[in-house]
Amino acid sequence: MSLRTDLEFIQTWIAPNSRILDLACGDGTLLQSLKASSQIEGYGLEIDPEKITEAISNNVNVIEADLDSGLSQFSDNSFDTVVMTEALQAMRNPDLVLDEMLRIGENCIVTFPNFGNWQTRISLATQGQMPVTKKLSYQWYNTPNIHFCTVSDFEALCADKGIHIDNKKFTADRFPGAWLKTLWPNLFSDTAIYMLSKHIGSNND
Amino acid sequence: MPDIIPENSIGIIVPETINFDEPLELACGRTLVNYQLVIETYGELNSDKSNAILICHALSGYHHAAGYHSEDDQKPGWWNNHIGPGKPIDTNQFFVVCPNNLGGCHGSTGPSSINPETNEAWGVNFPPLRARDWVNSQARLADKLGINQWAAVIGGSLGGMQAMRWALEFPNRVRHAVVIAAAMKLSAQNIAFNEMARNAIKSDPDFKNGSFIKENTQPRNGLALARMIGHITYLSDEEMGNKFGRTLSAGSFQQGQYTPVEFQVESYLRHKGDTFSENFDANTYILMTKVLDYFDLAREYDNDPVKAFSHAKCDFLIVSFLSDWRFSSERSEEIVSALIDAKKNVSYAAITSDLGHDAFLLRNERYEKILAAYMSRLLKDPEKPKHSVNTPEAVL
Repeated sequence: MSLRTDLEFIQTWIAPNSRILDLACGDGTLLQSLKASSQIEGYGLEIDPEKITEAISNNVNVIEADLDSGLSQFSDNSFDTVVMTEALQAMRNPDLVLDEMLRIGENCIVTFPNFGNWQTRISLATQGQMPVTKKLSYQWYNTPNIHFCTVSDFEALCADKGIHIDNKKFTADRFPGAWLKTLWPNLFSDTAIYMLSKHIGSNND
Repeated sequence: MPDIIPENSIGIIVPETINFDEPLELACGRTLVNYQLVIETYGELNSDKSNAILICHALSGYHHAAGYHSEDDQKPGWWNNHIGPGKPIDTNQFFVVCPNNLGGCHGSTGPSSINPETNEAWGVNFPPLRARDWVNSQARLADKLGINQWAAVIGGSLGGMQAMRWALEFPNRVRHAVVIAAAMKLSAQNIAFNEMARNAIKSDPDFKNGSFIKENTQPRNGLALARMIGHITYLSDEEMGNKFGRTLSAGSFQQGQYTPVEFQVESYLRHKGDTFSENFDANTYILMTKVLDYFDLAREYDNDPVKAFSHAKCDFLIVSFLSDWRFSSERSEEIVSALIDAKKNVSYAAITSDLGHDAFLLRNERYEKILAAYMSRLLKDPEKPKHSVNTPEAVL
């Protein structure tokens, strides 16, 4: 099975046999591959009816849920890792979702498209219009991605909230990003992948 | 029946009667010395007997879930939309068993059967039942059919409650439980509706304190009223509005004259009530509503649903309908949360529908897709059979 690049990275960060909650799990690709590679016990939340049916066919535990209406049905620290791939930018309150992820999980993994990427910057600077790229192909008025952020924005939010960044990775498919993403992630990465945990010493209040 | 049997219909079905001579101890402490269950089966049991599905019926359901009884049959079985060749519960793949529950009035032993000790109809003297009694009797049915483990136990509403009870009582005998529009227990409001229905029956002078068979009467008015009350709660406000609105079936509001007015919804409810009361036993209705009221999944598990579900070994599919206010989505979501905390495999879909609680019986594209996707997953179950079927059952 060929996985999306961010999903491949995530696999290396997940401990075998751990309990995983995947927010916006889609058709369950990540959970399915984690189950095969790391024997995880996983549940995915999804809102899209078609994807829910696909996830069921893929033998994945999928729960229909609207992430914007909260995750109060899950108890504190009831999962090892809470994952959210490429969906943070579509949340009504990304900051509150992060809080919830860290309440439910011992740690969490978040991936998002980096809006500070050089291509979006050039596009905005030269055309004066919201960038439409191959990866982010929506128009501004119909995009589900209502809360774009850059790598710097995201790290500022984590600092503000006292969220500890355990690990981070940046991906870029093409030259020159593929070479420069580690040096200047905010400029050259397409997708950012963060592993987060509650700040040491923080009482998570 | 339609002139030509559709390809996806199971066709004409003949029910079977199965007799049980071993006494059945009931939750109420009494014992049924012997009893019979009327069942229907669809499809073929495969050689390793791993493709058997148990369908548990709801309050007013019975064994006739799919197909037709005769060529003159107006209507097919109650879940004909979902059971048949190529349908979500595919009879080309599965051997489907649907019994009429104990206490029923369609041939299985119940209040309208003859009590062997008195040679009269049981009437109100029929033992009160609980869902676990049904599950125990269904387990004996499985024994008779040579089925050690159901591929799935499936039910909507009261049927979903039985599916959950199966998962807890006979964890080694169920691989999957499909629980549709159900709840772990009824709310006070829900019990109140049932009590209103029971009172409607009991206040009919023809009820004769439950001895109406002996007295050769039938509390038809009371039973019809009970059904009307139930029926209103199984529909949603939207659906009643869509279906009937304020359309009149008789009379008019024209100024200057008076002709008695009847709204369509009135004639509809009366028709529903009347048809029902001709085919259903009043004592069975009382008994079944009480089984609903008494059901409390976690009662014997310190009222802790997580502890209850920790006894289950099967995987679960939970389905709810957004306009169902009698068994609301919140009730299903409580089941899902408890299953997740109990570390059980579970999937959940909340289906958009205007049809209220009745939606679980009716056609809905998404509902059928979900059910079909889950059922097809059963066929490729890599671990089949999932757990040992030879372990003696723990009696809980």
